[in-house]
Amino acid sequence: MVTYLESLQAGLRAAMQGDNRIYFLGEDVLDPYGGAFKVSQGLSTAFPGRVMTTPISEAGIVGVGVGMALRGLKPVVEIMFGDFTTLTADQIINYGSKLQPMYNGQVEVPLVVRTPMGGRRGYGPTHSQSIEKLYMGVPHLDIVAPSIFHQPGDLIQTTLTESTHVTLFIEHKQLYNTRLFEAAAHPGIHVSSVQHGSYPTAVVKNYSSGAPDVALVAYGGSSLLVLEVMKRLLQEEIRVVAAVPASVQPVPADDLVEAIGAAKQVIVVEEGTYAFGWGAEIASTLHTRLWGKLQKPVRRIAAMDTIIPAAKPLEELVLPSVADIENAIYEVMT
Amino acid sequence: MVTIENQPILAEAPRVHAHSFDFYRRMYTIRRVEETLLLELFPKGLLYGTVHTCIGQEGGVVGVISALDRAQDVIWSNHRGHGHFLAYCDDVEGLIAEIMGKSTGVCGGIGGTQHIFKDNFYTNGILGGTVPCAVGTAFAEKLKGNQAVAVVFFGDGALGEGVIYESMNIASLWQVPILFVLEHNRYAQSTPYQLEHAGKLEARADAFDIPVQVMDGQHVAEVYTTASAMIDEIRTQQRPQYLVLRTNRFSPHSKGDDNRPPAELAAMRTNADPVAHLRAPLAQVDEARVEAIEAEVESRIQRAVEAAIAAPFLTSDAFIEGVKSW
Repeated sequence: MVTYLESLQAGLRAAMQGDNRIYFLGEDVLDPYGGAFKVSQGLSTAFPGRVMTTPISEAGIVGVGVGMALRGLKPVVEIMFGDFTTLTADQIINYGSKLQPMYNGQVEVPLVVRTPMGGRRGYGPTHSQSIEKLYMGVPHLDIVAPSIFHQPGDLIQTTLTESTHVTLFIEHKQLYNTRLFEAAAHPGIHVSSVQHGSYPTAVVKNYSSGAPDVALVAYGGSSLLVLEVMKRLLQEEIRVVAAVPASVQPVPADDLVEAIGAAKQVIVVEEGTYAFGWGAEIASTLHTRLWGKLQKPVRRIAAMDTIIPAAKPLEELVLPSVADIENAIYEVMT
Repeated sequence: MVTIENQPILAEAPRVHAHSFDFYRRMYTIRRVEETLLLELFPKGLLYGTVHTCIGQEGGVVGVISALDRAQDVIWSNHRGHGHFLAYCDDVEGLIAEIMGKSTGVCGGIGGTQHIFKDNFYTNGILGGTVPCAVGTAFAEKLKGNQAVAVVFFGDGALGEGVIYESMNIASLWQVPILFVLEHNRYAQSTPYQLEHAGKLEARADAFDIPVQVMDGQHVAEVYTTASAMIDEIRTQQRPQYLVLRTNRFSPHSKGDDNRPPAELAAMRTNADPVAHLRAPLAQVDEARVEAIEAEVESRIQRAVEAAIAAPFLTSDAFIEGVKSW
């Protein structure tokens, strides 16, 4: 059984083993500490000189990463908490993602900025957010978010092997110590994959034949809620299909349409706040592609439009829950 | 002690030496390209957008960049980057076409005046953020085992940006071979530096154990000599240094936005024009050669302007094809 964290660690180690252009930069990333969430554990020992512990200078280290990428290296910069990426915004938006197009394609910037987002660990307003949507819509920037239905280590190897531009690699801190999906542990849940772009979309079903009653679309940490809901509804014989893309941006529209199949009801789940969310883009995409086939408008589930409180019951109130999804499914089916 | 409080003044005539005519050609090219943009192409409506010219700062620009190994060293300029670009690669045609937005420009007209790239030369239009990128490029060359040095130019206004101090810290900590160059022209757009900065601008790098030199930036040969020594040390010692050039910007911040006292501007031109200052002794040695250089530069600029006017914009199809692949 492999956890999300173990997969990431193995993927990074394999990538650095196979390509000496890869360097790892971040705060507190050296052994024995190995990073706040232990993603870099073992790397500085295995690859001396290629893992740099940095000052607490998020803008500076992402800028350094941009420069290294411009000169033929493949830096992986860890930002300790996703909340801190606001400090890197100029480097991501006005440097890293912009240099290739504004120089008419004459440079490549294969930089990976890795960071954990997400709540449910009691870290309160500034260490629990899912603010990746601030970067959605920034052109020429990829946003990748592994779920429990993916192999996070494979995804980061894909990024490091194939990408020629900046990738924001969003991990969910609740998933690190979660076991990746294995069929044997979840009887009745079937996972397959569709892929028209660079990254796969997991197709999760709680039925083995026939048409789904409802489709869910979710990414990253919300995959845990999706799995739980599907297991509950398996007992109720409500057929649910979930499309869980690894690529948050660009939206893998063909994957989603293929994964959703004949479902006439769609619910999009995300952990970021509701207003101007990823779900709105997905709803727009699916309304355009599936107009006339859907029975109702795409339903959205997201966090309340407020901060994430430190108190556990209030955090649970603000973030989407299994019950929220279950209730929405019953509502759209009536 | 020389401090940045002094205005640059070019009192003594420079000594003529082997590089002087080349310096003059480069400085005259920069001066005349900038004047052509500002005084000729804008009034005729041939430019779209804006330009930030470096008229008055050519001495430091050419002095520093001539001290680099152009084949391997990396240059990071900024919004006021035409001079740095020309001093680096002398591509008058590619620059003018780029500023006019034409497909024959060095970035196909997509980048424009503030976003220029060629070989080892990079610019961006937002202050401060270039500096960590420059540190990253220098660090990468070091990690690859190359002997390249990077130089990054910024003005006194940019010293308000915190990321510069993050970058100096990292450069010193990781022994990155980079020269930070402050072109201290005393004005951030319209605001005198005294209204923006506390403390000493020349002391900014000292706190990071980065060696500092302060000098007049108007005297090209002196800048060249000092920058050469600093760059040699950076290359051999593999650690950063900081060069503060006292300079003057004769031209407005961008097009016509200059509220500085006319008497102050006149005094700058009288006391510290790096191009005129170098011309006088060169003309004494060989006036015909100076005039030939000037005539060749004038004719080259005019041909570049005509070619850029005649050149097409990047086609929609070519741009869209690029967008899909980036």
